[in-house]
Amino acid sequence: MQIDPTPQIPLVDYLRLDKQPHLVANECTNCGARFFDRRNACAQCGLRQFTKVPIRNEAKLKSFTIVHRAAPGIPAPFVSAVVETKDGTTVRANVVNCDPNPDVVRLGMPLQLTTYCIGADDDGTEAVAFGYQPS
Amino acid sequence: MSQTQSSTSRKPVRKISSDSVWVLGADMTHFGRYEDQDIVDLAAQTALAALDDGNVSIHDMDVLAAGTLLKAGTSLGQRLQKQIGQTGIPVYNVTNACATGATAIRTVYLAIKAGEADMGLAVGAEQMGKMGLLAGAHSSKEKSVYEPKGRYGAVTSLDGYLGTETMPGVFAQAGMEYANEHPGVGFEQFAKVAYKNHLHSTRNPLAQYRKAFSLDEIMQSPTMSYPNTLLMCCPTGDGAAAVVLISGERLKSMPQDVRRRAVKISASVLTSDPYTESSQVQPDVSTLTRNAAALAYETAGVAPEDLDLVELHDCFATAELIHYDNLGLCEQGGAGDFIDSGAPFRDGSTPVNVSGGLISKGHPIGATGVANVYEITTHLRGEAGERQIAGAKVGLAHVIGLGSACGVHVLEKAAV
Repeated sequence: MQIDPTPQIPLVDYLRLDKQPHLVANECTNCGARFFDRRNACAQCGLRQFTKVPIRNEAKLKSFTIVHRAAPGIPAPFVSAVVETKDGTTVRANVVNCDPNPDVVRLGMPLQLTTYCIGADDDGTEAVAFGYQPS
Repeated sequence: MSQTQSSTSRKPVRKISSDSVWVLGADMTHFGRYEDQDIVDLAAQTALAALDDGNVSIHDMDVLAAGTLLKAGTSLGQRLQKQIGQTGIPVYNVTNACATGATAIRTVYLAIKAGEADMGLAVGAEQMGKMGLLAGAHSSKEKSVYEPKGRYGAVTSLDGYLGTETMPGVFAQAGMEYANEHPGVGFEQFAKVAYKNHLHSTRNPLAQYRKAFSLDEIMQSPTMSYPNTLLMCCPTGDGAAAVVLISGERLKSMPQDVRRRAVKISASVLTSDPYTESSQVQPDVSTLTRNAAALAYETAGVAPEDLDLVELHDCFATAELIHYDNLGLCEQGGAGDFIDSGAPFRDGSTPVNVSGGLISKGHPIGATGVANVYEITTHLRGEAGERQIAGAKVGLAHVIGLGSACGVHVLEKAAV
């Protein structure tokens, strides 16, 4: 008997859950500016044509904070971060699989994209988030 | 926009030019908690005091701008008029994040510049109570089926999963990005900012808190979002502030004792954030502040070293440090050395937030951008009492609201 795999859905639509999970951006075909949200036009040049581009999974830590006081329902402490991917795209995410301690989290440290399940909905579908872990 | 030459050998204000705009009256309430009054009471109290301070009445006003963030959409301006005078003048209810107060001032400033008004009243007010963290998600308990929604196709709130949306965290990241680019900037430099502002606030009777803390107490207080500890974060609170603005032409006909206390607005600037790559995923509080400062200095013909005092937007200690650099108060990249040297302390070369700043004076959001203009005005008049910066002639007031909006006003003492 074959068991169906648990259905999954990405936390955001710019996370692609392929064999090798990765992010995709809307890239302006004119100026190359990249955006993760649905677009009307380019915030840099104002033109309106975009193409989907994959984002590299390797990154480095550009900035972070260790959140101890979070909104209700959010487990704390956690490491919130701004990372720069190897192809120069800025991404906001959590640093995961890393002790939330300022002596451990180091500015500039190399990171790698990873995915993890954050919960399931009432139909049993799992939501999958991405984060960056030390590499 | 008229552009004057930027020069360090700036000429003092000798006469009132007709197209100039001045602060005629100014007031702020004590910042704190007002359980028995509402936002209209606070706005009315400060508006009446600012009118009295300028020796004018609501019947002299040609325009009114009223700013509040949390009570936006409640017609604060009209509700204020119903308490202090329904004269039928145009009312602008403005909201622009934490730059709401500065936007109210600039709205009146523009009406005067446009020749539509000779005098106007700008009021900022907020009643926040003890509301805790601003922004950030609150989880839903209802039955859920994941369904992509919004511009990111998100199946649930992203706060806490893809970084933080809480204010102490967002501004912590802004500071840590600066630390990443400039070695020598770290937890201790950020903590010193809070040490300074708490210390300064002990001299300000209008401040929400007036207690000095040791650097150690600040660094050991509970972490909100590293490196921002509790004592490095502004409180929520209630309060209001108001200014009466007047055209130079109209000011000429005012009595000598009123003219003497008028303070010139040498620059009024509002910016939003231009496109930057990194600002697509997290607010960039620096670029628009740099742009606003550059335009303000150019318009006023003032250089950073001319400033006798600065009130800047220290919503969190990490924010104040990076704004030393953004406002050109220190060498580029030198904000850590700047605080370490003592320069922004009230006895230093460029006193910053001698009011106690948002961190200790308080931050009732809509009031903040008016209250810092009140603070500068009070020093330039020589009326700041125990916290007076002696001989202050030029000051700068800065606010920034996420989204983003940045307001900068440069004020100069009258020499008339």
